[in-house]
Amino acid sequence: MTDLTSLTLAEAREGLANKSFTSLELTDAHLGAIEAARVLNAFVLETPDQARAMARAIDAKIAKGEGGPLAGIPLGIKDLFATKDVRTTACSKILGNFVPPYESTVTSQLWRDGAVMLGKLNNDEFAMGSSNETSCFGPVVNPWRREGSNTTLVPGGSSGGSASAVAAQLCMGATATDTGGSIRQPAAFTATVGVKPTYGRCSRWGTVAFASSLDQAGPIARTVRDAAILMRSMAGHDPKDTTSVNCEVPDYEAAIGKSVKGMKIGIPKEYRLDGMPPEIEKLWSEGAAWLKASGAELVEVSLPHTKYALPAYYIVAPAEASSNLARYDGVRYGLRVPGRSIGEMYENTRAEGFGDEVRRRVMIGTYVLSAGYYDAYYLRAQKVRTLIKKDFEDCFAKGVSAILTPATPSAAFGIGEKGADPVEMYLNDIFTVTVNMAGLPGIAVPAGRDAQGLPLGLQLIGRPFDEETLFSLGEIVEQAAGRFTPPRWW
Amino acid sequence: MSVDAATVRRIAHLARIAVTDEEVPHLQGELNAMLAFVEQLAEVNVDGVEPMTSVTPMDMKKRVDVVTDGEIADDVVRNAPETQDHFFLVPKVVE
Repeated sequence: MTDLTSLTLAEAREGLANKSFTSLELTDAHLGAIEAARVLNAFVLETPDQARAMARAIDAKIAKGEGGPLAGIPLGIKDLFATKDVRTTACSKILGNFVPPYESTVTSQLWRDGAVMLGKLNNDEFAMGSSNETSCFGPVVNPWRREGSNTTLVPGGSSGGSASAVAAQLCMGATATDTGGSIRQPAAFTATVGVKPTYGRCSRWGTVAFASSLDQAGPIARTVRDAAILMRSMAGHDPKDTTSVNCEVPDYEAAIGKSVKGMKIGIPKEYRLDGMPPEIEKLWSEGAAWLKASGAELVEVSLPHTKYALPAYYIVAPAEASSNLARYDGVRYGLRVPGRSIGEMYENTRAEGFGDEVRRRVMIGTYVLSAGYYDAYYLRAQKVRTLIKKDFEDCFAKGVSAILTPATPSAAFGIGEKGADPVEMYLNDIFTVTVNMAGLPGIAVPAGRDAQGLPLGLQLIGRPFDEETLFSLGEIVEQAAGRFTPPRWW
Repeated sequence: MSVDAATVRRIAHLARIAVTDEEVPHLQGELNAMLAFVEQLAEVNVDGVEPMTSVTPMDMKKRVDVVTDGEIADDVVRNAPETQDHFFLVPKVVE
């Protein structure tokens, strides 16, 4: 039998359907791979007993000809999704040993469709980070290394565990979340496919909140098709989330292979940064050429407020975070550090429970919302956000169907290499953050490798609720670029 | 705009995060670096621009004002650091 972990999700679905192997065999193969890859620190909690029980149950269903679109497929779950009776920490000390008595909507839909949970995946604390180095469980290691080097690299963040586990074939796909680039940047760093859906496409209910007007769940997978399969199960209206949109979830897989002839693809001139590495520039033109060869028409477009997206984000996101994270007070769940008064208990708990990056963001968020500064910072940032969104609307109004950009300004960097200057780390999200600010869908697809052999990705940005076009275009890039698998060293 | 040490302490208190005297200069530097970074927003002309309140245009969803959940006190308190008879325990607030 071939190594079951090297199959794509679509291939495994076929193998399960024609009974070449069982979900239990597939699940066991992945549990073995996880055990052998602990050095990557991708999983913060392995749930082998639950995985096998779920696999056995779904095998019985498959035998009866029942199942569901994800029947028997083993997945990893980012530790930001509440999983009933399974520890959920957002990789923060402050949640401690929190065991949710409920299941997030997104994960409940995966189990409804027959998927199997392998365990919980590492992420930056409360999803705040771009390298997965802020997790209280320690950094995640990227399965990719520079050619001829043993330097350990970051997988990107905040969904670093998801990206690393999918790239290293520890799971067939993973859930992830994206507030400023947390799905697409790690996907680009690990040669995986990451989709950030339109805001409102996936329910936020039961997902640990970071910045509620920006947070969106999405899949990380090894192929565009696999991502499309997962998206269909994750998306959908949820009455429990007031921002979840009631619009039909299409069969995203059907969009793959659709002709893009005559489609207008925008190339935004503001994304051509000074000092951009020539290999990123080259990758971008190659991507454009591939789409052109498929019949798409390339047009230069302008998104004039692009450079203001990241600074506006660093007001809006911390402001919302400071408000969302007010709930961690040592009373209802998680860590409590005693104090002489209730006030001191709050302060000690939050000082001890939050890591440096989270503390920094909560404090900046508190400041920009405080009396006297609200108008100068928060209100202004929300106005800039309106302008950023309008840039995209103007572009789409001219008949542009999607926009092609690089996914990240560089390939993966070394653990500990960046971070002394927080702003330097924030610049990782320069190409992705606009999409969150405008609430649009985006996909990152592996498109090539840099001179040191590290993967690089391209990003496609779509119109609201038109993820289908992104899957059609993404697959063209994938076909042209080929797939990339890290050589196994662990 | 930049913050001084007293402001850092005030923000920390508003955020209910204890900071030590030794941490203040470092935090002050970090917060000022972030504030310097967002300073460029001042150059954007936002005259007459509406602040964004909802990124996806949609009417606020409403539901009927009825009890949809409940009778799960065990679940509600099960993760609390200290409880007694389905109550959360906190340090004494009233003398």
